[in-house]
Amino acid sequence: MSEQPDSFAFDAESEAQIPKILARYPAGKQASAVIPLLYLVQEQMRRQTGSAWVPKAAMDVVAQRLSMPPIRVYEVATFYYMFNLRPIGRYHLQVCGTTPCMLRGAEEVMRACCDAAGVKGPGQTSADGLFTLTEVECLGACVNAPVLQVDEDYYEDLDYDRTVALIEALKRGERPPPGSTIGRQGSAAEGGPTSLTEV
Amino acid sequence: MPLSDKDRIFTNLYGFQPWNLAAARARGDWDGTAAIIARGRDAIIEEIKNSGLRGRGGAGFPTGMKWSFMPKSTDGRPAYLVVNADESEPGTCKDRDILRHEPHKLIEGCLIAGAAIGACAGYIYIRGEYAREAKVLQAAIEEAYEAGLLGRNAAGSGYDFDLYVHRGAGAYICGEETALIESLEGKKGMPRLKPPFPAAVGLYGCPTTVNNVETIAVVPTIMRRGAAWFASFGRPKNSGTKIFCIQGHVNKPCNVEAEMSIPLRELIERYAGGVRGGWDNLLAVIPGGSSTPLLPKHICDEVLMDFDSLREHKSGLGTAGVIVMDRSTDIIKAIQRLSAFYKHESCGQCTPCREGLGWVNRMMLRMVEGRAEVEEIDLLEQVTRQIEGHTICALADGGVWPVQGLIRHFRPLMEERIAAYKARQRQRLAAE
Amino acid sequence: MAKVIVDGIEVEVPQGASVLQACEAAGKEIPRFCYHERLSVAGNCRMCLVEVEKAPKPVASCAYPVMDGMKVFTDTPMVRNARRGVMEFLLINHPLDCPICDQGGECDLQDQAMAYGRDVSRFTETKRAVKDKYVGPLIKTVMTRCIHCTRCIRFAAEVAGVPDLGATGRGETMEVGTYVEKAIASELSGNLIDICPVGALTSRPYAFTARPWELTKTDSIDVLDATGVPIRIDTRGAEVMRILPRQDDEVNEEWMGDRGRFSFDGLKRRRLDRPWVRRDGRLVPATWGEALEVLARRFRGRVGAVVGDTVDAEAIFALRELMLRLGSPNLDCRQDGAKIDARERAYYVFNSTIAGIEQADRLLIIGSNPRVEAPVINARIRKAVLAGLEVAHVGPPVDLTYPHRRVGLDTDFLEGAARPMVILGRGALARPDGAAVLARAWELARPSAEWNGFNLLHLFGGQVAALDLGFLPGPGGLDLAGMLAGGVDALWLLGADGFDAARIPPGVFVVYQGHHGEAAAARADVILPGAAYTEKDGTWVNTEGRVQQAFAAVVPPGEAREDWKIIRAASAALGVTLPFDTLAELREQHPLFALRGLVRTPLPDSPPGEPGPISDEPFVLPIRNYWQCDPITRASPTMAECARVFAPAAAPALAAE
Repeated sequence: MSEQPDSFAFDAESEAQIPKILARYPAGKQASAVIPLLYLVQEQMRRQTGSAWVPKAAMDVVAQRLSMPPIRVYEVATFYYMFNLRPIGRYHLQVCGTTPCMLRGAEEVMRACCDAAGVKGPGQTSADGLFTLTEVECLGACVNAPVLQVDEDYYEDLDYDRTVALIEALKRGERPPPGSTIGRQGSAAEGGPTSLTEV
Repeated sequence: MPLSDKDRIFTNLYGFQPWNLAAARARGDWDGTAAIIARGRDAIIEEIKNSGLRGRGGAGFPTGMKWSFMPKSTDGRPAYLVVNADESEPGTCKDRDILRHEPHKLIEGCLIAGAAIGACAGYIYIRGEYAREAKVLQAAIEEAYEAGLLGRNAAGSGYDFDLYVHRGAGAYICGEETALIESLEGKKGMPRLKPPFPAAVGLYGCPTTVNNVETIAVVPTIMRRGAAWFASFGRPKNSGTKIFCIQGHVNKPCNVEAEMSIPLRELIERYAGGVRGGWDNLLAVIPGGSSTPLLPKHICDEVLMDFDSLREHKSGLGTAGVIVMDRSTDIIKAIQRLSAFYKHESCGQCTPCREGLGWVNRMMLRMVEGRAEVEEIDLLEQVTRQIEGHTICALADGGVWPVQGLIRHFRPLMEERIAAYKARQRQRLAAE
Repeated sequence: MAKVIVDGIEVEVPQGASVLQACEAAGKEIPRFCYHERLSVAGNCRMCLVEVEKAPKPVASCAYPVMDGMKVFTDTPMVRNARRGVMEFLLINHPLDCPICDQGGECDLQDQAMAYGRDVSRFTETKRAVKDKYVGPLIKTVMTRCIHCTRCIRFAAEVAGVPDLGATGRGETMEVGTYVEKAIASELSGNLIDICPVGALTSRPYAFTARPWELTKTDSIDVLDATGVPIRIDTRGAEVMRILPRQDDEVNEEWMGDRGRFSFDGLKRRRLDRPWVRRDGRLVPATWGEALEVLARRFRGRVGAVVGDTVDAEAIFALRELMLRLGSPNLDCRQDGAKIDARERAYYVFNSTIAGIEQADRLLIIGSNPRVEAPVINARIRKAVLAGLEVAHVGPPVDLTYPHRRVGLDTDFLEGAARPMVILGRGALARPDGAAVLARAWELARPSAEWNGFNLLHLFGGQVAALDLGFLPGPGGLDLAGMLAGGVDALWLLGADGFDAARIPPGVFVVYQGHHGEAAAARADVILPGAAYTEKDGTWVNTEGRVQQAFAAVVPPGEAREDWKIIRAASAALGVTLPFDTLAELREQHPLFALRGLVRTPLPDSPPGEPGPISDEPFVLPIRNYWQCDPITRASPTMAECARVFAPAAAPALAAE
């Protein structure tokens, strides 16, 4: 596993966050901060390397910081699937594949991702290192299905063409505003809400 | 009579207005909160009991009763309120709207609920993927602190209450309340053995109540408008208003707050533009999120959307995620994809769930192709029965009920698929 | 107490007991994999499901508390179906490789499959395969066999206090292991093999060597530390195949240290299997007759004797009797020079008892690292710590596996404790001011008639018996230092490898009696080959003063003989024939041999040692290399590998190579 760095240290930006995070939990319960600190690691890696992931060396740093046995941090980091345990592309394309999205064309979104991003399939990274494609489980935006999450942003009501357009925009370094790609307001029905019309 | 907008609690469900405190106050939030808290723990719990509010997270346990399990006097341990914002049940996206568009209803609800159960602090456990929603919620909490609505003497009530956001990181199981507590404590989200229940031994070993976002967010309005008002909607024991998530093969998928016990057909046709291709094009509906067994069309014609009516048809209201499937749907594949979901989300602790859900999914994959024997449908059914009820939590139950529903209502289709596959195989052999 | 009715049988169990315990009280056997009575309850295997009246679903009996009047059913269709279901799930991804599995024949999964398994698998999908993990030289892993019961994880975290094991990932891809490649650094790691209910964790040295049903089982005692762990020696023919702990709640519960469990391969190496005599400066093989003839001729003048640390009480007694008859008061059993005060037994035993550790509220450890000196006792301390015991330590920094503060001998840590306890390392007495340290430790422990918390922790299984039998300088006699300072003309070393043989002055005639050829044997003029602890019936006394019986599992190699017999033969050659011809006759000569088990020691009127100044010199811990500290373990390739892996700095070069 040559991709694993030998060491990891929190940078100043991360360090500034740690006391704020720890303050949320009672004294002696600092293990509660393990997920927040792993997020810090992943974000810092994104800042520093362009790839948001959690190296093993960083897990050890988190363990030490929270006075936890390292194995307890490994368990957490491997249990929660939002932590990337290997380097990923600059953009993480996460296609929801669960039934509500599947019923509305998730497979087309997946196909569009492969075509436009140049990725062979889920779990793969494009040759240019820009995109990693993952099929994820229900993202909880089912009335706006199908959904593609790019890093933290949800893009909703997609179809093949709009997915391709989105990925092309990302390639150009743009970040289209997240949300519905057909102009819906939140979870309201397309073409105007069917309730709350008198408010 | 359909629910009128003036009886809707979540008037900014769609986010046409800002989420912020000023806008929330204009919508009626944070109005007389101190006076509500001044009524005292018992009175609040009584009001909620009388409203008939049942938990909106899936199990439908009466909220007032749940609160009454919390110790009335402290033994030195603090008590906690934990809000379950880990919305991950496929088909469910109602809490998301509350978190991003109505955060102050939730925050005010936390304060009132916290007072009712004697909690010193609350944690809102929000699923990791809702990163933007978490930011809105965090900002709203900071607004509330600045306005004196949280912290010392919260909202001028004389009661001290802190509220924190804690993000999950991608695990459906953390929606199970004890797995959520484990996760909040910095461990893997593996459900705990019960007893003891969280009201006795919960977060950090302290008395804890875990409630769903929607449950907590309706509390302030119930307290202001009264139990009788809330109870006036829906059938007895199924009262109130409820956010439904209508999706799949409907013309206009949407979230909507409607009255409980609304007929399924009316719900779909009034708010979601009807089934794609017309009502007669309907094949089946999963009425309450992925864990609830599907209903074939003939049941959908009449069924009411509430706990009891759906239970009568061996399904459930669950989280009210209404997944509509028209006749174009490969229903076996639709259910198989749910099997894959549950296999993916099993925490791995209990033998039947860890081993069984993988088995079920693999058999379901073959059922989608028809690459199976007809007798294997019985084996599949038996395996689901062997899983059901034999685990620490209900994830495995939720994982096998959709398959059981499929077999119950669509067994002939499964047999047909198998026959078709065999026929193709024979043709292929003959051609060689 | 709660009244519970199990299958119609009424039993009374304590409030808070589990349904499983109630079922056991009613004589109902409940199958289980994850449940282990000495570990926390996981409730994950779901094998112990039973039916409880009015409960809608079967409940996991290991985790479900009893309630008064509860009715439990352990053998209904619901229960049988549930267990059959669980068994089927456990087996679908299990490799079913019993014919090549070392757990075969003593496997819980195999046994329960006989009761709840199907004859033919209904699972036609592809089975899961899991990569094996390297967790050190002692434990072999075959992780595809793992049933995820998490016993090993809980043992490592709770009992051993070395939380290296975990379950990473989730669902059906969850894997038990260390995640990063890492040998499990615990002196108790062998117990993982015992608690693993399947063949996922098996003994690496034992791999593919024997089947349980072809082994002869002999009860014995682990003498490689002073805990007195009762063991079972499994042999096939003349060979020890493995060593397992027996269960004794007062001593070891069911654990044992790795040194005692895995060092038996040292019993076959560097053995003295025939007599030797020195001729023209060189040791040459000899017959017993020749050896005894030389001994009879040369063991004359001012004679002395030293016994080693792992000698059986019978041999110690026989040698003492011989020396008495030769008129010599020059006896010693303290190779380390420890300033032990043997005037009263309470001065040199572990008075509170091992189980009594759980009664103490504060514990002060002086000059000892119980983790390596007595790992099983350390596990008991850890158990007590988890239940509230507070610990302080005097000595160099050590990782005891539980929190403790570091203090000096002037500490007031024990003041105010209701049941103060001191564990004084034997190593702390092996220094010039040892007698003052002893006096101070006694003073700190404040022993009373109700509670004597003064405990001396010995290092090896033969040490207390030697003290009990008074193998110490008689009136006017020399101690070891005196004997080495030119006080004797002839010296008898009985298994005495614990001091530097180069200190023996030239010209002293040395008899070495023992089982391994080390430096002392090399210095000898006559070598009398004796028996290791596995090869003789013998009596041992542990650090508590518990008198324990061991039985010969195999015969000594070659011409080696049981040690008391050698001494008896030598006594005849020396013309002072000892008055016993059998072991039974020998045992009649001393009251110690009539005792069994824990011998309570009365509180003496006066304190031990000599109050005096204690130097600032830090304590030196006597065992720095847990795996190699006596002739057997130093001869063991397995222990050498452990030393290489776990303590590279401490491992000495192999002298013989």
